[in-house]
Amino acid sequence: MASILFLLFSTLTVLCAVGVVVNKNAVNAAGCLLLCLVGVAGLFVQLDAYLLAFILLLVYAGAVVALFLFIIMLLDVQGRQSFGFSGITTFAGLMAFALLLTGLGTIAVKGHLDAPRLNRLAAEGANLKPYAQQLFTTYLLPVQIIGFLLLIAMLGVIVLSKKHATEEPAK
Amino acid sequence: MFDFYFEIPLVIRLFLQGLAVIMVIFPIAGACSMAERKVAAWIQDRPGPNRAVVPWVAWIPFLGTFLQRLGIFHVMADGGKMLFKEDSLPGHVNKFYFVLAPIVAMIPALTTVVVVPFGAYLDAAGKIIPVGLAPLDVGILAVFAVSSLGVYSMILAGWASNSKYPFLGSVRASAQLISYELSMALSVLPVFLWVNAPGMEATMGFGRVVEFQSQPGFLGGMWFGFLMPLSAFIFFVALFAETNRQPFDTVESESDLVGSFHTEYGAFKWGLFFVAEYSHMIVGSGVFMLLFGGGWNPLPWVPLADLVGWLAQITPLASHPLFVGVLSISIFLGKVLAMIFLFMWVRWTLPRFRYDQVMKIGWQRLLPLSIANLLFYAIAIAFIQK
Repeated sequence: MASILFLLFSTLTVLCAVGVVVNKNAVNAAGCLLLCLVGVAGLFVQLDAYLLAFILLLVYAGAVVALFLFIIMLLDVQGRQSFGFSGITTFAGLMAFALLLTGLGTIAVKGHLDAPRLNRLAAEGANLKPYAQQLFTTYLLPVQIIGFLLLIAMLGVIVLSKKHATEEPAK
Repeated sequence: MFDFYFEIPLVIRLFLQGLAVIMVIFPIAGACSMAERKVAAWIQDRPGPNRAVVPWVAWIPFLGTFLQRLGIFHVMADGGKMLFKEDSLPGHVNKFYFVLAPIVAMIPALTTVVVVPFGAYLDAAGKIIPVGLAPLDVGILAVFAVSSLGVYSMILAGWASNSKYPFLGSVRASAQLISYELSMALSVLPVFLWVNAPGMEATMGFGRVVEFQSQPGFLGGMWFGFLMPLSAFIFFVALFAETNRQPFDTVESESDLVGSFHTEYGAFKWGLFFVAEYSHMIVGSGVFMLLFGGGWNPLPWVPLADLVGWLAQITPLASHPLFVGVLSISIFLGKVLAMIFLFMWVRWTLPRFRYDQVMKIGWQRLLPLSIANLLFYAIAIAFIQK
């Protein structure tokens, strides 16, 4: 049962991830991204990491992709302009692909998962408390820094969008 | 007595349970559309729908006329109409997404029910066990996460319709739903801060919330609606916005957007949007009642266990788990229906907000209010539970 579900969700995830990249129509691509996120959430549920699964759905599937679609519709990007790969894009893409391959290769050759760690994963993933504990102790600094970055980004967006609203009041 | 049931394989059993819940939600959602018209008529002092009747029911002397006046046959007439009407597909739409949108509307609306407990029974030790399809530890998060996917039905419907008003409606929908999700999520946090007292196992599920509202004593028996009125109010307002109910139904405001995202829809596809809206309302009301209205407890300071104890003095049959289950589910459903009546009452009381007012209320009033509310309760709870 579990392996069938795993195959189902992982196939969905991979196929949709390919769909995001390949699709010419931006709305289709966003739809694929949404399904891809749902697939990843399904995989998290299989790992008993309910919190991660639902936060992924709540934040990314529920809000971020909705905003993507919102922007796509607002700008009416219908995929008319085909993306020609310029030299630098091709180079960056190839570099990323090489990095990915190296990473995968390293995991396949050298990496191994600790069995006891894997056993503990379920217990840690199912409950909120370990997450909160880790976030407020071990990872406090990264969390604060990321929060600060997001705040800066938000302020930047406000400043940038205010410029256009000098003659007409916003909304 | 029910041993045969537990011999069925788990998958089939879960399937049957899910089907049973859907078979309750779906007709209630249909009946709500009727109730909406009846309540509207009642508030506006007119009889409302009272004509449709099945002939052989009309022959029953007193009951027949009563049922006809009640208008319950209009539900069936409407359902029949929606099923058999021509299912038109306009030429200018994106067909795939146009057909997909109503289905996408139904899926989150019915999926959220999975994590919402809707009743309870007493086990042999006299402990209250919630009844629900999947009592997850992350209950409220799951409800928020899955119900936030409902916005895609409106976005897709509006976009695929390929015409002006549906498109405007879908843009409004995505902006409005994202805006009010924030205040909604922040408003329930004090509840979960309170129920996750120090030394207890952490949970975001609904079982613990109701358990905390059914304790003995003045503070223990108090429903969270009284303990945290501001939280309840913010959640209530955000719930209206999230379900696109008046006064927040700028998304499908008939007077300036025709019908908004479902302008181009007809027949059963339109019906699915309708049922999805009511399913959202039912689940939303259920969550409100669990968080702030005491769940399946009959009255404030009167927990379910007490009521069962009193009834057991009259007849010993009352402490049977089956009876307690039915009783608690009836109490809970009654509360949910009362809440839905409130939805309809507000609809005919408050005028619709303008779109800019909706945004202003969401970002400039509700969000700061909910943050202040969270801070206040976080500090207060830290002092009380120290």
